[in-house]
Amino acid sequence: MIKGKVFKYGDNVDTDVIIPARYLNISDRAELASHCMEDIDAEFVKNVKPGDIIAAGKNFGCGSSREHAPLVIKLSGIKCIIAETFARIFYRNAINIGLPILECAAAAKDIENGDLVEVDIKTGRITNITKCRFYQAESFPEFMQGIMEAEGLINYVRKRVKDL
Amino acid sequence: MGMTMTQKILAVHAGMKEVHPGQMIKARLDLVLGNDITTPVAIEEFNRIGVKKVFDKGKIAIVPDHFTPNKDIKSAENCRLVREFSREMEIEHYFEIGRMGIEHALIPEQGLAVPGDVIIGADSHTCTYGALGAFSTGMGSTDMAVGMATGEAWFKVPEAIRIKLKGRLGEWVCGKDVILHIIGMIGVDGARYQSMEYCGEGVGSLSMDDRFTIANMAIEAGAKNGIFEVDGRTLEYVSEHSDRLPVIFQADSDAKYSRVIELNLPEIKPTVAFPHLPENTRAIDDVRDINIDQVVIGSCTNGRLEDLRMAAKVLKCGKVNPRVRAIIIPATQKIYLQAMKEGLLEIFIEAGAVVSTPTCGPCLGGHMGVLAKGERAVATTNRNFVGRMGHPESEIYLASPAVAAASAIKGKISSPEEVVG
Ligand code: SF4
Repeated sequence: MIKGKVFKYGDNVDTDVIIPARYLNISDRAELASHCMEDIDAEFVKNVKPGDIIAAGKNFGCGSSREHAPLVIKLSGIKCIIAETFARIFYRNAINIGLPILECAAAAKDIENGDLVEVDIKTGRITNITKCRFYQAESFPEFMQGIMEAEGLINYVRKRVKDL
Repeated sequence: MGMTMTQKILAVHAGMKEVHPGQMIKARLDLVLGNDITTPVAIEEFNRIGVKKVFDKGKIAIVPDHFTPNKDIKSAENCRLVREFSREMEIEHYFEIGRMGIEHALIPEQGLAVPGDVIIGADSHTCTYGALGAFSTGMGSTDMAVGMATGEAWFKVPEAIRIKLKGRLGEWVCGKDVILHIIGMIGVDGARYQSMEYCGEGVGSLSMDDRFTIANMAIEAGAKNGIFEVDGRTLEYVSEHSDRLPVIFQADSDAKYSRVIELNLPEIKPTVAFPHLPENTRAIDDVRDINIDQVVIGSCTNGRLEDLRMAAKVLKCGKVNPRVRAIIIPATQKIYLQAMKEGLLEIFIEAGAVVSTPTCGPCLGGHMGVLAKGERAVATTNRNFVGRMGHPESEIYLASPAVAAASAIKGKISSPEEVVG
């Protein structure tokens, strides 16, 4: 179960604002993460706490294929992203690195900045504790749950390679 | 049930008779691609998997193109990592500076993509090879790592939008205007998780370079891939560049589409996308007095030979405005050389433009033309997001090479017709 405070953003949050290209040559992960969301919310890194949640509108993560984008969000302490929809490469990158994401239009519209929210990844149930409301996201297909349970595609494949 | 081109290619590579939209499959890969930004992360992940070798050293391509020639020490270290890995794994298609180009211009030119292939790349514009009737799509570094280790990737079979093209484009109108027009119409998530499948007699009137540009920006509409029907022109291109045999897939007549769009090519006008989204498009006639500081002609979208020829046709007719910096970047060494032979580079330099060795450079705000606060650029690149080419308060207007060249001369966004009498 994930429980945390929500950072709320709008539509089309793109990978260039999640982690600007000017930082992509940084290989130190903590340093990279210190620039997370910098161009859209300079206060984000200061205010985020482990366990917090991002909620956003349509097409979250559009733009480049940089895995740095979900990675810096995960490194910043965010445990889950809820959005109306995700851009597809971001969607698969998040799953591949073991960052839970949920698509739920009702939740994405209703949840406001600062709300306290609880998420059950397995069932897709989202609880807005601040507002006393529930939303139901689609749960993951079985195949993806396998990847999530292994905490990412690499662990999932590593097991398979070992079993060969 | 009938299948689309994309669905048929995926079915064959998954070893299945049939696939349907939404289905999760595992498919065999014909090429796995990476660059100097995404490959270092992929190498780290690859090492965690615990295999000693890549699945096929002839089916991996690594192209250091983003921050190269190395723009700083960190980039140099990343490139060293990638170079050492390529040597150790004996990767056959590693392209060092001097032989390289922007990956999505280089791969087709090197004959590494042919019709019927399934290609993944740790770069979002990997969708470019759909121009050749291949299924190709961008992914992340983890997918690249797993692809290099196993030769497979997981896919969700996409639905499709069918785009029927009719007629031929007018003068000064090119593939860039077509794709900007489409994105303006359907929005930056209009094709999210779908394939954009181009068909109809209008396809035949488009050059391969136009098709590459159109397939390249499928991702800017949120699509998984863009794909063109294979015709005589495709086959001619493939036979000139590759020894491999093309496999042609045609959509079934009863294939299902989520949407069908009919586009009359003669009606498309030169189109400009305003900041900060590729969907903010306007026909050139509706653009009024926007002064600019910089013009960039290049990138995997519009750095090909035809693009340079078009830019030269305009820049021959004037000088770059003293208030404007014009930067022209041929996408590959081969294009660079041919542009030199044809005298295009001379035209550019005479006009007062800078000509660079192939690199992504300013396209992603890396180097070779980063924007300062408040500056405005017209670029033939593909993204005009906040901060994409430099300072978060700079602005990018996306356009064709002809419009970019005309704007360089006029000092404001202009139609080529205003320059070439
Ligand atoms: S030219 Fe631009 S869009 Fe194309 S691969 Fe390079 S950075 Fe990406």
